[in-house]
Order: sequence, then C-alpha cells, then structure tokens
Amino acid sequence: MAGVTLDEVRKVYAGGVDAVRGVSFNVPDGHFCVLVGPSGCGKSTLLRMIAGLETITDGRVTIGGQVVNDIEPSERDIAMVFQNYALYPHMNVYDNLAYGLRNRRTPKPEIETRVREAARILEIEQLLARRPRELSGGQRQRVAMGRAIVRKPKAFLFDEPLSNLDAKLRVSMRVEIKKLQRALATTSIYVTHDQLEAMTLADMLVVMNAGRVEQIGPPLAVYERPATTFVASFIGAPPMNLLKVSAAEAAALIDGAAIGIPDSGAVLGVRPEELSLAADGTKPAGGMAIELNVIAVERVGPETFVYGALDRGGELIVRLPGQAAPAPGERVKAVARREKLHLFSADGQRRLIN
Amino acid sequence: MVEHKRFGNLLPHTILWIGIAIVAFPVYLAFIGSTHDAATIANGQMPPTPGPYFLENYYRTIFVGTSATTREPVATMILNSFIMAVGIAVGKIAISIISAYAIVYFRFPLRMSFFWIIFITLMLPVEVRIYPTYKVAADLSMLDTYAGLILPLIASATATLLFRQFFMTVPDELVEASRMDGAGPIRFFWDTLLPLSRTNMAALFVIMFIYGWTQYLWPLLITTRDDMQTIIIGIKKMIVTSDALTEWQLVMCTVMLAMLPPVLVVIGMQRLFVRGLIETEK
Repeated sequence: MAGVTLDEVRKVYAGGVDAVRGVSFNVPDGHFCVLVGPSGCGKSTLLRMIAGLETITDGRVTIGGQVVNDIEPSERDIAMVFQNYALYPHMNVYDNLAYGLRNRRTPKPEIETRVREAARILEIEQLLARRPRELSGGQRQRVAMGRAIVRKPKAFLFDEPLSNLDAKLRVSMRVEIKKLQRALATTSIYVTHDQLEAMTLADMLVVMNAGRVEQIGPPLAVYERPATTFVASFIGAPPMNLLKVSAAEAAALIDGAAIGIPDSGAVLGVRPEELSLAADGTKPAGGMAIELNVIAVERVGPETFVYGALDRGGELIVRLPGQAAPAPGERVKAVARREKLHLFSADGQRRLIN
Repeated sequence: MVEHKRFGNLLPHTILWIGIAIVAFPVYLAFIGSTHDAATIANGQMPPTPGPYFLENYYRTIFVGTSATTREPVATMILNSFIMAVGIAVGKIAISIISAYAIVYFRFPLRMSFFWIIFITLMLPVEVRIYPTYKVAADLSMLDTYAGLILPLIASATATLLFRQFFMTVPDELVEASRMDGAGPIRFFWDTLLPLSRTNMAALFVIMFIYGWTQYLWPLLITTRDDMQTIIIGIKKMIVTSDALTEWQLVMCTVMLAMLPPVLVVIGMQRLFVRGLIETEK
C-alpha cells in the first residue's frame, strides 16, 4: 500500500489539446480520493495517466515513493476498474479474476486462495464458473472489482464504475465500494461526474474544471466553503444560487453589509437549502433578505423546491423541508443567515469572505 | 413472419419447392448417372431411378480411376484438393488475422498506406496476375507442389478487412485491462483476441475452404503430373472430346465425390458459421 502523488502533471494531446494543465495533489496512504468535474474536464485523462494508459506530457506521478512516469501499467502495481467493466467475455469469472495473477507467474495454489478470498468478500462465489454475459450488471461490476482486489495492488483506480448501473443499484454499489475500501484500506482514486457519488465516497475531494484543479479538500469542507463559483454551483443539488451584485445592491440585500464588496462588484452565493421563507419579512441580524415571485413549486415529499423570479432579473431556488409551501404567483420573502452567505470575486475565481 | 394465415404460406412454399427442384434435379441426375453402367448412359435412355452399379462404380472411381484418360484414382485427387483447400483456408486466416492485428492495434509509419495496399489487392485476383505469378512459382520450382498450389492464393484482402472490422468493434478497454493485467501484445493476441475471433475464423474457414476447393484455373496451370491434380481438374480431364469414350458413370461418381467435402464442411460448421456472420461474442 502506498500514497499517490501528482506533481504539476500536464497532458497535451498530439492535436495540441490541453487536457490537463498542471495538476498537483497528494493522496495519502489508504485514503479515498474522488476526482469530480463535468465531462471533458480532464479527470479521466488524469486517471489514465496515473494508470499508465496515457503518456505524461510533463510533471511527475509518484506511487509509493517511486516515480512511475516511464513504467509500464502492469508494473505500477495498481488495479483499475473500468466503466464498461472490460471483463474478458470468453473467460469465466474465475479466469477473469486469475488472469492478471497468472500473467505475473503467481503460483497456482496462491491464485486459488486469492481468487476464492476475493469472491468471498464480494459474494460472487457461486458465480465463479459463469461467463460475463450470463451475469447481471451489478454482478459484472462485482467481478470487475474482484479483478482489482485479487491483485492486492498499491492503489485502486476507478473510472466511473457505476455509470452503467441503474439508479437503485448505483446507490447500493456505492455503499459497498465505500465499505470495501474501508476494509481493505487501499489507496483509491475514483473518477466520477456525479457529485452525490463524489460527496459520499470521498475522504478527499478534487474538483476539476477545464484541466485544472478548482479545489481540494474533505467533501464537507468543499461544500461549506467552495473556493470558486464553479465549485459552488457544481457541488450541491440543486446548485447554489449565484447573484451578480454591485456594492450598492449588496448593501440593500444584506443587513449591515460590512463585508467589503469591491467597487467592481461581486458574486453573492446562497444555497437553496439555507434559504427560508420569512412570514414577517424580517431579516436575520446581518443576514440577507430578498423578495421573489413564485413561478413554480416542486413537491417531492420530504422537501419542496420553490422557484422564484427576482425583481432584478434572474431566478432563485429555495429548498424547504416538508410540504408546506406557497402557491405559484404568490410574492414571498426569502431570508438567509449571515454565516451561510458566500461571496466571490466578480470573475468567480476567488472567495471573498471567511 | 408476422402473418399466420392458414394458406398464406402456400405460395412462398410452392416457389421454394420449385426452386429446390431446379437446383436439386441436376444433382439427382448426377447421382443416378453414377449408379448405372456406361452402356445404359450411352444409349441415351437412362432411367430416372438408381441402377445396380453403385458400389462397383464408386469403388472403381475412388481406387482405380478411369481406364483411358487421367489414370489416377479419385482418392488421390480428393487428397490433393483437400490439402489445397485446407492449406488455403488456414493460410488465409493466419496471414490475414496477423495483418489485421498489426493494422488495428499498432501505430507505425505508413500504417494507412499498408492498409490501402492490402485493400488494392482486392482488384488483383489470380486471373489478373496469372503470368507473373506463374513465373514466380516456376522460378521457385513450385510447379507440381502443394506449396505452388497454396501459397499464391493465400494473401486475402477480404479476410484482412473482415478481421479489421471485427477488431475495431472490440472495446479498447479490453486492451487496457489486458495491459493492466500484465499481458503484452502477444499475450493479448493469444489469450483474448483469438478466442474472441473464433466464430469469425470459423465463418471464414467455410468460405475459404470452398474457395480453395473450387479453384480451377490455377491448379490447371501449376500441376502437370497426374498425381498432383485436384478433383476439379480431374473431372475436366475425364471428359474426353476426342475419339475415346467418356466413362460418364465415373465422371458422375467423381462429381458426387467432389461435392461431398464442401457440403460436410458447411454442415459441420454451420452453427459457428452463422454465429460468426450475425453476432459477436462480447
């Protein structure tokens, strides 16, 4: 087992496309790191560079203290779970699990023990004689993970492994992956575009956008204190409300606006779940209040989403617990407490408060 | 079909039966001919039912041969044809699967040029390049040898293209998983690509076997000795147009025997053959 360190890693494709533009981070031994970002942000490319499936244009990748830039994937002592599982269709489950070990000339009895053990952990013992095409999606997923764990590698790499499963299975497999990783305590790097997966799995979240890292941190810290407007809108669903405000507008919205808004203006952010509707319309001390015309209400049971149009233009989403909510057409006042407000520089690249 | 009317299938069935009769009648006639003696056939009044000479005729054909023309028993011809057809089929598959593997999975200079060169050979069947090919074969003293029969026909653009198309449908992740599992290019080829290509190879084998079995022009040129001739050439040589009498009953036996191996190959590999053409195991 070992940590994984990236140092100014870059990838420029032959066509001159900058896929990854200098990424550095360190995944400590045994940690679960999730790379999250929209499609095309370079997260998969980054993972494939760690795996050795893509060459590294510049920078260094270190696995367990060893620079692996010029080492073949099979010699990096890592295992990868692919999006489409990539099981060998003509081999049964046992052979799928054993293939990598056989290629490493592991003695037969040891292969047998390790395959049995992995099958037991993943509860696929009764499937060992089957071919992949005779398995369900969830079972294939388990076999793909089994193929990774039999190797006892220094690190697991997951490339959107749950995206081919249906929603229900995805949730249960997510829990299992987390349990498995805890039990094995193997360093893991997981790529996904699903922020819910990212939040639930990660010890360490790396939010990427356009080939760069936007923010690194524990998932809740990233949620509480997003570093940029991109992170603010990417993490959390529905996304954070972001309002472009000038200093004067901010003063009107926020009680005692001594937060030092630059003359160039700023972006004010507030999460839908931090807003509430105030019956009497009073602002919480130091907080913000804003009036909106309700245009749509979605009741999903445990919570209700209120979509409102602002007088100044734009929309605001309010997420309320329970089912009590205004009707469309009503005019309501949404308020939020001071410590739940986020303020970013006008270009969205910098966080201004706390 | 969607419809299941009681008599709705009558017309298509009638047409099918007529078609079968048209195709099967000559074969039936050949079989009948192979069971009569020469005199019955020669007098022009061959009955439409099998005659009593079945065993005698086939015995003579297989082990003795015609008395006047080729003098070679058909057993030898069948063996020659079989070696040639299997050699061509196996050779074509081996060569084309390797070239397709190189073209699809490796990046090397002029890769596409090589691909197009292979593609262009589609336009150069033996009939077109017959003189130069003959000259090469002769200079390499391959006349009257199995190598001479097989090698010039082995290169196959069709099979290479077919394998290329198949390889391109194999997911890239399989290659990557193999790399992670420590399998190099040769291992990937043997352990993953070949087993996956099994049905395609079977389909090609059937097609190529029949192609090899029915070759006429090239064996005619390259073989001069009677004991090297293939069964197709043998049939031609048995039918004499000069003053000698054609032993039609033996010709018919030979025709029947020439049909047998391709039929057996098709029947034997039918299941794999159909699977290879319609689905892939992925």
